[in-house]
Amino acid sequence: MPKTNRKVPGINASSMADVSFLLLCFFLMVSSMDTDSGLARRLPPPPQTEEQTSVDVQRRNLLVVLVNSQNETLVQNQQATYLYANEAELRGDGGQVSLKDVVKEFVLNTQNNPVLPELTEEDFGAPIGTVPVTAQHVISIQNDATTSYKAYIAVQNEVVRAYNELREEGSRKYFNTSYEDLTEDQQKQINDLFPQRISEAEPKNYGGGK
Amino acid sequence: MPELNTASMPDLVFAILFFFIITTTLRSETLMVRMKLPTASEVQKLEKKSLVTYINIGAPMDIRLGTGTQMQLNDRFAQVSEIQDYIAQEKASMNEADQPLMTVSIKADENTRMQYITDVKEALRKAYALKISYSSRKGVN
Repeated sequence: MPKTNRKVPGINASSMADVSFLLLCFFLMVSSMDTDSGLARRLPPPPQTEEQTSVDVQRRNLLVVLVNSQNETLVQNQQATYLYANEAELRGDGGQVSLKDVVKEFVLNTQNNPVLPELTEEDFGAPIGTVPVTAQHVISIQNDATTSYKAYIAVQNEVVRAYNELREEGSRKYFNTSYEDLTEDQQKQINDLFPQRISEAEPKNYGGGK
Repeated sequence: MPELNTASMPDLVFAILFFFIITTTLRSETLMVRMKLPTASEVQKLEKKSLVTYINIGAPMDIRLGTGTQMQLNDRFAQVSEIQDYIAQEKASMNEADQPLMTVSIKADENTRMQYITDVKEALRKAYALKISYSSRKGVN
């Protein structure tokens, strides 16, 4: 048998690059890279009956955050009242305690202060065990009709930041690692330990223009 | 002069191409309102795009329509009273199992008055779309 030395003809693939570049350009143009992100909230379900169903909350368990039409923020609990004139002061730049720290102190109530939310012992499973928590605390964010959305989000953000820091601290304390590195179950435990109890009441039209 | 070997060029380009195909989602609607989202530092990413419904609030792009706050649902302007129908419609187009997971992303301009947002929130409550997200850009505010 003679040795045949057949040459396999190669496919000319030089235009492949052009074609794939074309596709690449198409996808570059039609796609949007921005993933949507935001502050997640859960709204209360609509009132079932005609008369407004309101929940009675003990005064000590309540932290009221008011944002008025001038975008100033008033924070009030039974212990103290704080007034923040702008966003920088919310973060503690004006020499006052920042809103974040007020919320953290309010949620933790480490000293078992009688004017801060009451502590109840609850079991969160190993390794947290039974610890006293302020299960009944409520942070009520109220706004005026002419409050700007920006100021409202700034306040929301500070409150969420307080919770995130609490969760981070809790995670470091009980699991010796950052909250991000926890498993889903562990994150849930920490979330149960520091649940976000933020109430968004309907706005009242006080002290502001229409 | 030796020629540059470009044989691996298609492979490279394909790799980039696949990256883009996987990471991107198609632009679903054209924005008809101008908005500058507020900034926040504690934002969370919205996980599944198919579960998210958008409500855009801001001044119209077309300046002939004035500078008042308008709301865009899908590809048209709408009134707050139309939200319930819109949510019901979006819910119906979803998988039954996914319906409770539906998230409404409120994309509103930072200078919107809260009255408008509150009205929208009330309508969402009535429509039982209780999971919401205040869309905001990540950054230091």
